[in-house]
Amino acid sequence: MLKDEDRIFTNLYGWMDSGLKGAKARGDWDGTAKLIKLGHDEIVERVKASGLRGRGGAGFPTGLKWSFMPKEVGARPHYLVVNADESEPGTCKDRDIIRNEPHKLLEGCVLAGFAMRAHAAYIYIRGEFVNEARRLQAAIDEAYAAGLLGDNAAKSGWKFDIYLHRGAGAYICGEETALIESLEGKKGQPRLKPPFPAGAGLYGCPTTVNNVESIAVVPTILRRGADWFAGLGKDGNTGTKLFCISGHVNNPCNVEEEMGIPLRELIEKHAGGVRGGWDNLLAVIPGGSSTPLMPQAVCNTITMDFDALKEAGTGLGTAGVIVMDKSTDVVKAISRLSYFYKHESCGQCTPCREGTGWMWRMMERLVRGDAEIHEIDTLEQVTRQVEGHTICALGDAAAWPIQGLIKHFRPEIERRITAHRAAAAVEAAE
Amino acid sequence: MSIDARIADNQPDSFAFTRENEAEIKRIVAKYPKGRQASAVMPLLDLAQRQHDNWIPMKAIELIAKKLDMAEIRVLEVATFYTMFNLKPVGKYFLQACTTTPCWLRGSDNMMRCIKDRYGISSGETSECGRFTLLEVECLGACVNAPILQVNDDFYEDLDYASTGALLDSLEADEPLPVGSVTGRSGSESASGATSLAALKPAE
Amino acid sequence: MPKLTVNGIEVEVEDGSTVLHACEEAGVEVPRFCYHDRLSIAGNCRMCLVDMERAPKPVASCAMPAGEGMVIRTDTDRVKKAREGVMEFLLINHPLDCPICDQGGECDLQDQAMGYGFDSSRYEENKRAVEDKHMGPLISTTMTRCIHCTRCVRFATEVAGVPELGAIGRGENMEITTYLEKTLASELSANVIDLCPVGALTSKPYAFTARPWELNKTESVDVMDAVGSNIRVDARGSQVMRVLPRLNEDVNEEWISDKTRYAIDGLRRQRLDRPFIRGRDGKLAPASWDEAFATIAAKLKKAKPNAVAAITGDQCDAESMFALKTLFDKLGSASIDCRQDGAKIGGVRAGYLFNSTIAGIDEADALLIIGSNPRIEAAVLNARIRRNWLATRMPVGIVGPEMDLTYDAEQLGDDAATLAAILDGKSKFAAKLKRAKKPMIIIGMGALARADGAAMLGQAREIAEAYGVVNGDWNGFNVLHTAAARVAGLDLGLTPGRGGLDVAAMYKAADAGKLDLVWLQAADEIDAARFEKTFTVYQGHHGDAGAHVADVILPGAAYTEKDGIYLNTEGRVQYAARAAFPPGEAREDWTIIRALAGHMGINLGFDSLAELREEMFELAPHFAEQDEVKAARWAKFGSKTKIASAPVATAHETFYMTCPVSRASETMGQCLMALQADAARDAAE
Repeated sequence: MLKDEDRIFTNLYGWMDSGLKGAKARGDWDGTAKLIKLGHDEIVERVKASGLRGRGGAGFPTGLKWSFMPKEVGARPHYLVVNADESEPGTCKDRDIIRNEPHKLLEGCVLAGFAMRAHAAYIYIRGEFVNEARRLQAAIDEAYAAGLLGDNAAKSGWKFDIYLHRGAGAYICGEETALIESLEGKKGQPRLKPPFPAGAGLYGCPTTVNNVESIAVVPTILRRGADWFAGLGKDGNTGTKLFCISGHVNNPCNVEEEMGIPLRELIEKHAGGVRGGWDNLLAVIPGGSSTPLMPQAVCNTITMDFDALKEAGTGLGTAGVIVMDKSTDVVKAISRLSYFYKHESCGQCTPCREGTGWMWRMMERLVRGDAEIHEIDTLEQVTRQVEGHTICALGDAAAWPIQGLIKHFRPEIERRITAHRAAAAVEAAE
Repeated sequence: MSIDARIADNQPDSFAFTRENEAEIKRIVAKYPKGRQASAVMPLLDLAQRQHDNWIPMKAIELIAKKLDMAEIRVLEVATFYTMFNLKPVGKYFLQACTTTPCWLRGSDNMMRCIKDRYGISSGETSECGRFTLLEVECLGACVNAPILQVNDDFYEDLDYASTGALLDSLEADEPLPVGSVTGRSGSESASGATSLAALKPAE
Repeated sequence: MPKLTVNGIEVEVEDGSTVLHACEEAGVEVPRFCYHDRLSIAGNCRMCLVDMERAPKPVASCAMPAGEGMVIRTDTDRVKKAREGVMEFLLINHPLDCPICDQGGECDLQDQAMGYGFDSSRYEENKRAVEDKHMGPLISTTMTRCIHCTRCVRFATEVAGVPELGAIGRGENMEITTYLEKTLASELSANVIDLCPVGALTSKPYAFTARPWELNKTESVDVMDAVGSNIRVDARGSQVMRVLPRLNEDVNEEWISDKTRYAIDGLRRQRLDRPFIRGRDGKLAPASWDEAFATIAAKLKKAKPNAVAAITGDQCDAESMFALKTLFDKLGSASIDCRQDGAKIGGVRAGYLFNSTIAGIDEADALLIIGSNPRIEAAVLNARIRRNWLATRMPVGIVGPEMDLTYDAEQLGDDAATLAAILDGKSKFAAKLKRAKKPMIIIGMGALARADGAAMLGQAREIAEAYGVVNGDWNGFNVLHTAAARVAGLDLGLTPGRGGLDVAAMYKAADAGKLDLVWLQAADEIDAARFEKTFTVYQGHHGDAGAHVADVILPGAAYTEKDGIYLNTEGRVQYAARAAFPPGEAREDWTIIRALAGHMGINLGFDSLAELREEMFELAPHFAEQDEVKAARWAKFGSKTKIASAPVATAHETFYMTCPVSRASETMGQCLMALQADAARDAAE
């Protein structure tokens, strides 16, 4: 178990003052100017050396992503955009950073922004987080008043501005190019890539979009050293990570833990165990709704990191751990996710617009068993027709949970179909 | 839902921002680079909605289009793409119930049932008294505090049938319960006490 | 110039090309719905997926820039499956209403379903139903058929420059609509019908009238303006059913204006289908051709040569004008004029041509518009100006009334002083012209068709010379005509010769009772009442202004009913072809002149169209060069006289009803009313 002194987000639960005074007491904004003196490229190198992988779901190395930004600033300014559109079912970690540790995020913005030669950051926060946005705006105002932001941010000689931008209800804006579109005042429809944001992003300028957690851990990594961060977790899966444990556990909670912690340990140490005991576990969705579920057998031994979960046919995603005990109607649980994706499809490209609705409607029939056995295969094929054929990853995200369900729970689906048919036959006979 | 059904039939003849909001608009537009004022469309729609009893009339859409030098259809596209923009009236207490899987696993059905039992309304409907509108929404991003009911701006968390009832009581009395978990836990900490950072927890 | 291979075929493509272009270059067909050469790339239909080496998933070829060394395959199982998958998705919510859909037989979805569709549906759920939208009198909508390719939205926003179409809502509930279902306020609106790959947007006036396979298709040329848009006229029997654009990169690309497309119902109304003679009772009575000719011949024989005058209309083919001119030469009259609006042009060709050519607009880097509203007078040409402006933000200045051209244009003023200020460098626009490498002037009939038009023209020439509008290979001095017949008329010399009368002089002579006969060849844009007292022959196809004052009516053929040559505003020679026969006893126009000459014993020197053309080519050899533009040599033109103080106007107030055909068109009337209704609604608010 991670030691408290290695935890970055010490005010995760909001026990202490989230304001500047409290933040400084926890070590935020300590020697920011000195860190900036390291220079743009050295900061990038250190973040690379820490092994930090993006915390927004894809797990792309953060330092490497920054290095894609042009080394010279041309006619177009550089932008840092922070993705605070946290909307992946099962995920609620950024919310805690924003409301309880906003200054870690702001300081991270200054350092990351400086590293990529940007003078401005936009933080795009999901619209429903109204109170969280207020808290963050208050922190921004405080930071300006204290000279930590503005023309000479934290007395570093670097001009840096942070603007908060609220969304208005669209999961798809968590996709980085949809977020950029939305920030430009348009519908949140993902862009075609290439060009990638580092070449042409916000307002056509070089842009890097990072998740809240990825940015908020940067100041601590730079202060405590890349080696410290790289020494936690596993090779290629370093550092600490915020886990959200929801669903059928005794004590759902958020917790910062070491990457690679065994799932069972995570659930039992922090979430009070599975409701009714470990043996009552049916399945776990390990990384937010997009990641395929794992049956109990896999859960017994799996560790929570990008590579192990990928190997198990699923993913760490956002580390939103959704636990389902044996009382769960697992078909319904996945069908509800299918509805979510149908609801959140932007409608731009054909496979997602048409496929998400079709998949959900078939899923709803499978919940009741009102289908033919061969339609399970049809559904599986439809998920393959969506997967990999869309503009953004939402299509994949809609397909994977269903694929996971069919892979692990096909007998349950077949049982329902058979039972439904039998019930219909009885009804017809009466 | 078809688009027509989302837009109010009865529309006011005019809309104007208040003087305070006009000043706020100036502050908002200044956040974005010159010529990129369209970026302000969502904040302005939000502002219009807050000023106008939590829904946006078409006149406001046209005014915003004019202010930001956008085509009206572009503003309407935005207003209909994002789910938080209400294009027809809602009750004083706009109940947005999350029923996505993490909330559903934790009993969002009970929360919904409580509302239905009390006001006889399903998603998209307004109570007879006109004060409560219910909308089923997608993941609100507070899953470890499931299930969640968002009342206007505020999240109420860890609800069950009984506590939903108590919350509705408080709303009916116009004395809403404190925002957050109805069980009294702080944020996302474990209900049984901290499993991490315990040493940092201030004494009660 | 990247080199790549497509299915093993090596191709080299232009920089900036896409993988889709490379596939086309290699002769490999790639299915697509959303992609269109002239619109921005949307990449949303996903039909054009191809395999690219090292890419983990198929890529949308329309959106992928072609890169050096790329290895593309379109013939893999994965590509086939991907496309079949997309096709299935497009079809699951698409209604099975092909038998009652006007797109049937020319539907991209139908066609591609043949290649990528299954023979039966696996979709067991209810199909989506979408409410239809009102988009005005031209576009009929069946939105359940929409496949959300957004071509129409992109066209309206990018090409037409009226951002009024959009896709509201999201996901499977996304719907294409105008804002509050207003009429799409564009002169190019109906191009969205051609662009729509399915039957969601179809032609309202053409609805349920014909199937594509019953139509005779004739390639021809439009005469609703002087652009000379290339069209295809589809007719069934003697009726023109519809007009569609035909590709000509140098002229209309693949767009046509709504008037070009929809004025054709005017071809069925108010037609002159037999000769008439005005009787003693003052009423027009049907007559035979012989009686009509006899009446005219009797008048002509008594008349003094120069007291016999002719005015030719704006939509006359070159052959008719040439025949009439030949007849008048034989009669000894020099009183002939093809400028019914009184435009002060003629003589030096560079002074009446769109010298840069229409395609030359793409190269301009500053534009001064004098007395013209290109959006109304040449909608398709205006879209080209807009495209240049979108790409380059070239400065555009207007001398004339304020107008919305769909691009930013600075109204500099509307009087003589404005022009003078530009010429002497005092106008702030002068500096912009000076900076430009390829400055352009477009001068229209609003400046030229007035008493001081020659002075306007002269002033414009001076500006052109002062600012390098004519330099080296570049000639950016452009006259924008509104009359399809005008350039041919001027090239053939249909302007008064020695002692002859121009239109203004004809009016005066008529007023004074000194005009013995006036021949109106489809000339209706005149002050016809001034000829009430004059013996008037009206040769034309519609009962419009000219016919009202006629003493003899000779029923002619409209532009779809005869073979004919037209020169557009550039001087481009284009051949129109007969798509249907003229109604009743009406005849092709040159034959009418030929018959009258025969009746009078005059030998015109031709007995067939071929002979006529041979004679005409003798006079104007460039008329034989189809689709060619004969460049004009720069010379002095216009006058140095004083410009009057009256404000500079434009040729037409509104777009829709500007000629006998469009005035007879119910559809054009509906368009005008819809436009006025929306304007009134906006004004009321």
